Formats: sequence, structure tokens, C-alpha cells
Amino acid sequence: MFDFFNRMFGQKPSSETAKERLRLVLLSDHLSLAPDVVESLKRDLIDVISRYCEVDTANCDVTFERQDKRIAMLANIPILGMQRPTPPPPNSGEPPAPKPRKPPGSANRRRRRKGTVAQGAPRPQPT
Amino acid sequence: MINNVLPDEAPAVAALPRKRGRAIVVTSGKGGVGKTTTTANIGAALAAGGANVVLVDADVGLRNLDIVLGLEARVRHHVLDVLEGCATLDEALVTDKRVPSLRLLAAAQTREKDDVDTAAFRDLIGTLRDRFDYVLIDCPAGIEKGFANAIAGADEAIVVCTPEVAAVRDADRVVGLLGDDRRVTLIVNRLRPALVRKGKMLSVDDVNDILHLPLLGVIADAPDVIVSTNRGEPVALDPASTVGEAYRAIALRITGALTDAPEIPREQTFFTKLFGGRS
Repeated sequence: MFDFFNRMFGQKPSSETAKERLRLVLLSDHLSLAPDVVESLKRDLIDVISRYCEVDTANCDVTFERQDKRIAMLANIPILGMQRPTPPPPNSGEPPAPKPRKPPGSANRRRRRKGTVAQGAPRPQPT
Repeated sequence: MINNVLPDEAPAVAALPRKRGRAIVVTSGKGGVGKTTTTANIGAALAAGGANVVLVDADVGLRNLDIVLGLEARVRHHVLDVLEGCATLDEALVTDKRVPSLRLLAAAQTREKDDVDTAAFRDLIGTLRDRFDYVLIDCPAGIEKGFANAIAGADEAIVVCTPEVAAVRDADRVVGLLGDDRRVTLIVNRLRPALVRKGKMLSVDDVNDILHLPLLGVIADAPDVIVSTNRGEPVALDPASTVGEAYRAIALRITGALTDAPEIPREQTFFTKLFGGRS
């Protein structure tokens, strides 16, 4: 019965959660990176790309996979269009400030995702 | 297949000198995932299949392999007695009366892992490899001195992992520490098929998507194992047990007699519950 309601309200099976947590923690184990560093890497990556084109931020997927002994970063970032409302100025040395370029709503979405991670992801014990 | 491995059909022990057997360490990183039970059952199945097997308990200070095998009353000397010259190897080896080609070298209970010299332990495994087809080493939990000792003489490793996040993480660490020179295989232990189906437990594929190891076998979380441990009788010697069958298949995969992919345990139905249970 609980399973039924969980599915109704879109809660993932706990084995899926276990898989995701493992993937993240092993990545940080292997790279000696804290899980929140990995998360900010993802965010920054999406930020940089969204400076040049319109990105479907809600459906971005950045994962890390172990391929034999190495780790590969796989990014699936759907692009809605190449033309931005205000294209980045050419030949500018400084990266343009990302804030005004974000499509409306994306900042909120990003903040929300950050919140989820802060609650859900295990943090390494300070050594 | 069952008929091949029944204890009464095991051939008599042939003392062949200098045979260069295989040294396999059973390890996991995390404690409590079933290393000792796995070692005991694979050893029993290999021996019942006709191989000459010695089980070495490398868990100095927390000796357990003897009690899981039901041989605790017959241990007179332990591995440190042999290393320190207080007993000969033949005095320390305990022969399993059910399967005479199975022998145990127990760990010292009142000593510490740091008392064992890694090079001496490696040499001992080398000596045992000259006398036995299979030297199975029961590794202690953790990745400290006891782990270093246990893996030193082994050129193969079996990683035992339960479908739990902590066990998988530790197994991943251990695989890294085992290095590239050893052949490393995986046993997924204590799988509960019903929970996997409901999405409440990691599946064998989920575990191995992370560990990327050749799968040697999958053992279901079954009452048979608990009952057999209570009695000190390896479940691998029980011809009627499904889990015993899985251990026997693992033994055949180790010898190379079986090459197909391991069977994933299925959910217990009303019928199997009714007729398959033992107390």
C-alpha cells in the first residue's frame, strides 16, 4: 500500500536512491573530491554552457561513470536554441556575469536542486 | 551435479608433493558480509568435488572459521604456532572428518594481527600451495595489517559483497587495494530477490555496475545458511539446499568446470517455502 502511494507521489524506489548515492560517493572517493564539490562542478558546467546557448536546465544530466580504471564525465545538456536573448560580447576577456543571462525560472530551479543535494547527499566526516 | 560433490564420494586424499595450487583470498573490506561462511562453503564444495583444499583463517584475534566449519573442538595449534616454530604444519592442520580432503589452519585467538609477519605469512601460503590444490584464505575485515597479511600470498581474490551501499563502497576500496596483478571475482551475498523486485534492494547488476568484476556467484539470503552455521555443518555439503547448490556451482566455476553465467536466485514461492524450509 505504501509502495502504491510512494509511486503515486513520484517517490523513487530506495534502491534508485542507493545507486545514486553510491555513484556520487564513489566518485568523490576516487577523485578525492567532496560530494558538494562534484555538485558545484555540475552546476558550473551548466552555467557556462547556458552563457552561449539556451539550455533546458530542468533536464540536464551530468553523471560520472567508471570505465575500467578511469572515470568519465558524461554530460547530457539539452539545448533549446543557440540564439540567446543577449549573446555574449565577442572578444571579452572577462567571462560575462551569468546572472542577467539566465532565463527566467532557471535560478529558482537551480537553488531548489542545491537544497535537495544538501539534505540528501552524505557529507564526508572532517578528517 | 549434486552427485559429484557428495562427501561420501570424495576421493581419498592423495599427498602429492609440490603441486603449485591456487591461493585465493576471500575478502570484502566491510565486516559481517559473510566472508567466513563463504570461505567455509567454497572450501567444503571444492573438497567434496575431489580437490585437496586447505582453509587458512587470517583473522588473528577473532578466529571464526573453525566454529563455522564445526571444527572448533579439534583445533590444537594455530597459524602463529607454525610461523613461530612451536608446531609443525602437519600438527596444526585439522582434517575435516566429513570431507577428508578439506583441512583447516586456524588463526590464533589470543594474539593480534600485528604479531604476524607479512613475509612469513606469504611464505607459509607458498608452502601450502606446494601441498594443496586450493589454499583459501579467510581475510579479516578492514584494510590494515590483517588485510595486508591475508592478501600477500594470494594471486587470486574473491570479493564478497552484500547489496548494501556500505558494503559496495568498501568492496570498491578493496578492489583498488588488491591491485592489477590478481584475478579478482565477485560473489554477491545475501540477496533478497523479493526486495530487489520491489525496488528496495540493489540488484546484482546495480552492484556490479559499480564494481565491474567477473561474477562468480550469487547467494540468496536464506535460513539454510543460518541453520547450517548453528550446527557447524557447511550448507554446501547439504545436497537438498538451494544455497548449497549455489556454493557448489561457485566451486565448479572456480575449477573451470562451469563457465556459464551464475544463476540469480529467484523469489521464494508458496510452494518452495512449504517444502524447501528446514529447521
